[in-house]
Amino acid sequence: MSSESSVLAHHFDDLEQQHEAATLGMWAFLVTELLFFGGLFTGYTVYRWRTPLAFEEASRHLDLWLGTINTGVLLVSSLTMALAVHAAQLSRHRAATMYLLLTVLLGAGFLIIKMVEYGHKFTQGIYPGSIENIHVPPELAAQGVQPNNVALFYSFYFTTTGLHALHMLIGMGLLLSLAVRTARGRLMGEAATRVEITGLYWHFVDIVWIFVFPLYYLIGLT
Amino acid sequence: MSLAPLSLHKPNYLSVSNTLRSWLLTTDHKRIAILFLISITFFFFIGGFAAVLMRLELMTPHADVVDKEAYNRLFTIHGVVLIFFFLVPSIPGVLGNFLIPIMIGARDMAFPRLNLASWYLYLIGGIIVLTSILIGGADTGWTFYTPYSSVYSNSAVFTMAVGVFVAGFSSILTGLNFIVTTHTMRAPGMTWFRLPLFIWSHYATALIMILGTPVLAIAVLMVAVERMGVGIFDPALGGDPILFQHLFWFYSHPAVYIMVLPAFGVISELVTCFSRKRIFGYTFVAAASLAIAVLGFLVWGHHMFVSGQSAYASMVFSIISFTIAVPSGIKVLNWTATIYKGRVWLTTPMLYAFGFIGLFTIGGVTGLFLAAMAIDVHVHDTYFVIAHFHYIMVGGTVMAYLGGIHFWWPKMTGRMYPEGWAVFSAILIFVGFNLTFFPQFLVGYLGMPRRYHIYPEEYQALNILSTAGASILGIGYLFPFTYLLWSLRRGPRAESNPWDAAGLEWQTTSPPPTFNFEKTPIVTQEAYAYELVSQEDDLPGRPNPTEGEIPVLDAPPQEDQP
Ligand SMILES: [Cu+2]
Repeated sequence: MSSESSVLAHHFDDLEQQHEAATLGMWAFLVTELLFFGGLFTGYTVYRWRTPLAFEEASRHLDLWLGTINTGVLLVSSLTMALAVHAAQLSRHRAATMYLLLTVLLGAGFLIIKMVEYGHKFTQGIYPGSIENIHVPPELAAQGVQPNNVALFYSFYFTTTGLHALHMLIGMGLLLSLAVRTARGRLMGEAATRVEITGLYWHFVDIVWIFVFPLYYLIGLT
Repeated sequence: MSLAPLSLHKPNYLSVSNTLRSWLLTTDHKRIAILFLISITFFFFIGGFAAVLMRLELMTPHADVVDKEAYNRLFTIHGVVLIFFFLVPSIPGVLGNFLIPIMIGARDMAFPRLNLASWYLYLIGGIIVLTSILIGGADTGWTFYTPYSSVYSNSAVFTMAVGVFVAGFSSILTGLNFIVTTHTMRAPGMTWFRLPLFIWSHYATALIMILGTPVLAIAVLMVAVERMGVGIFDPALGGDPILFQHLFWFYSHPAVYIMVLPAFGVISELVTCFSRKRIFGYTFVAAASLAIAVLGFLVWGHHMFVSGQSAYASMVFSIISFTIAVPSGIKVLNWTATIYKGRVWLTTPMLYAFGFIGLFTIGGVTGLFLAAMAIDVHVHDTYFVIAHFHYIMVGGTVMAYLGGIHFWWPKMTGRMYPEGWAVFSAILIFVGFNLTFFPQFLVGYLGMPRRYHIYPEEYQALNILSTAGASILGIGYLFPFTYLLWSLRRGPRAESNPWDAAGLEWQTTSPPPTFNFEKTPIVTQEAYAYELVSQEDDLPGRPNPTEGEIPVLDAPPQEDQP
């Protein structure tokens, strides 16, 4: 079961080549992901540059506390992910399984907090496409801020955080399936590589959030 | 699957199993290439059929075949299907998938299952687009310009956008596989500068696929989001439609190179083989592919000269667009220099290569006209633009694709195609193509706008010429379709190396075994060692040329075989 031949795919010469291919493949995929999110950040940048006051006003309505807590949760999950990779490389099955499950739990915690946050917004009448419930304070309206400019902020907020949450869900699915493998003690070569490249993916999703947090939650602070 | 089992001693990748399941679940890059071949041929004829209806409508200045609503849907189908479901996956999906592992001496792509997933994503995307056609079609053109597409159009834009989105991920996975395969799967001795130029150009293509396609995906996703009522591009909702154009062209200009760089790779292989010469300036041709991939990302604004973009931005985009002609020019120059004083062997693939070089040059030079701001403002959105990019896409990519399919057909199927018929249809396609699109340069320069089903009377003569050409071209395409199918059962059996070509793919059997080579090859020279090949004087089936004469082959070599 755990001999080299059973984990080496037929078209590779050795495990080193297989490891190299998997790692490069994941990095190339993350470059693709970067440009995928890049489109949203470009849109954000253009519109914020046009109507900075509207974006700051909208940002002040986000829940800074929940956002900060979530940032902390994700950073800790990155730590547990790194520990899982380390344990997998040392073939410490139980530790790897535990850290993987811990990462999934932290990811789930993040998503639950995010859902609570979405829920608050919906009850305030702020949801994707809502313009009629947005009231611009008179002093900002006097400076030319219009409700639809504020609404654009929320369009990008919901699209970006929604896509981010989808990426988290996919990552959690991958981590769970890895945890099942490591729990069964299948942690030779190839499986350790899988933990490692899934770790790369997980860190990437965290990094996206590290950009989302200041750009959406902090720009309204003065 | 109608591919005939071949009675060779050892099983090859086709004969190893013939159940439907073995095809639909295959991870063999060669079988996936065949799956792509079948499906892109299907979409080619769908997109082509839309073009036939459009040309029929344009035979007269009035609306007599279809009305304006139907016409808008036809050109959208034509563009979306032929760009995203034919041109983008054509050479990479079929020839790239088949050849890249063999050319570098590998047993398969780095990620065989991702490779199959790429085909399924392509197929699912294609089915979604076909569904959108059946539920009414979209009328936005392939460019999906906002806010028309995202707010105002009463057509199946959402469904079609989803189809394009899904197909985009097929393209990304293909690109990912090409990059990782080229980096990690090369046989011993296959150094970067021994790689065939086909590999270099696919590598450059793959870079564009993974860098550009996600931007298209997110742009199309934003259109879909705005169709659900969430403001992003619509000015009424605070957005800016020009943002969509920037995102769209950030992908769609480089996409031109996704479509034409693989064609460059094919032509480099054809020109060297049938001139029996080393490629002139290997390093320049390889570097030009990378230069095109990089510069291609910096020119998108040349599509937006009349979109209210700042004049200074337009100037910069115009200058960089001129710059990108330099690496393209290097390629044309180097192919010409390769042919010059070569021992030219005029087979069907070489005829297509000649067609490509001439037509691509015309398409490229008219592209420079369009990159000049003053001329672009004059001919923007006219048939001049249509003619220009069809010279690149059809005169370029489709010619190279057909040339490549003929060249590697013996390798892929183990059968030779009938040379006489193939030469005849290559000429027919060349004539039909020029008759279709050259008049469009003229009628566009005279001012006929694109995307209309009616036009002023004075443009009719040129439109009739164009429709006549399209009929010839359409019939021309049916010939290879027919005789290539025929050759699967009736064509003479192909040797391992019917062209006496120097590339690694010709050193394994035709068709190759599942793992491509009996044992991993050790590479000691580059793929263009034709000086060595042509020292052995009598090449099979071709006359020994006397000094300075270009021999024209009328007896195809395969007829010498028993
Ligand atoms: Cu362009």
